[in-house]
Amino acid sequence: MTQRIEVLEDIFKANNSQALLNCSRLEKAGIFSLNLMASPGAGKTSLIEQTILGLKGKTRVAVIDGDIATSMDADRAEKAGATAVQINTGGECHLDAFMIRNALDRLDLSAIDILLIENVGNLVCPSAFRLGAHQNVLVASTPEGHDKPYKYPGMYQGVDVLIINKIDLLPYINFDMQFFAQGVEILNPRIRTFLTSCSTGEGIQSWIDWILHQKKSFSAV
Amino acid sequence: MHELMVTQNILEIAIRHAEEAGANQISSIHLQIGQLATLVDDSIQFYWDIISKGTIAQGAQLNFLRIPAQFQCNNCKEIYSLNGDDFSCPSCHGIDIQIIAGREFALDSIEIE
Repeated sequence: MTQRIEVLEDIFKANNSQALLNCSRLEKAGIFSLNLMASPGAGKTSLIEQTILGLKGKTRVAVIDGDIATSMDADRAEKAGATAVQINTGGECHLDAFMIRNALDRLDLSAIDILLIENVGNLVCPSAFRLGAHQNVLVASTPEGHDKPYKYPGMYQGVDVLIINKIDLLPYINFDMQFFAQGVEILNPRIRTFLTSCSTGEGIQSWIDWILHQKKSFSAV
Repeated sequence: MHELMVTQNILEIAIRHAEEAGANQISSIHLQIGQLATLVDDSIQFYWDIISKGTIAQGAQLNFLRIPAQFQCNNCKEIYSLNGDDFSCPSCHGIDIQIIAGREFALDSIEIE
């Protein structure tokens, strides 16, 4: 005889529960964390390098780097002066909360104040998997085009901070900032935005100041 | 793109609930998928046929209940559905809006024998 059973369980429940555990583990250790997402080539790793350099001497930074293959990004983060752990997803298109748990096991959490998580370059999948980071950051870049908020609404909706990188290229490319900003406004009106160039250094200081301010308010709580 | 992992989660949740109920076989699975969830039914079905083999869920029929996206305007409180690519409020044209449905991705129920 057939019997119907109500389940009503979120398919992402296992990941979301682990994300909550990661978050409380980071909070107990006093670590403020950021999950950086972007398409490939937007400048995530360059921004992380600039961030490490800008925070040097002020606070202790660690980086968890997610990539399908190679340890190139973790090597760059280490060279800039951070402790770094590489996760090779072996084909998975995103990081998930369990990968972060395993990466946290490999770090000395008592020696970290700020954790930067570099997600796999992709504007679709990473937005569906919470990691337990305190703020989700999207790094957009001007050469990607001004239509991206309209094409990837899930990503633009799910983040707290937007960095528009490579603004030094604006004079050379066809990027309509007003159209881009309108798309962002519709999807995420309360988002915090920074305009940066990792080549010229423009805007990096206000991003660094924001991180330090967030870390301070986080520690006060 | 991550449908394999998602399908593994569906299988794990379905089997756990079926075993708790003492079932011998799962004959049907009902899923709720919001219009804004980036998941492909065909791809879930494809992986399902492979990974459910040899389990009590083998041969279970997957049913997808698509939940339309719904928004509410924070300005005039109008509730409306998605119309093309335009997310703005059809009543006051405001863009300060919130999503009230369409992001669901849940296992609604299973049928067991």
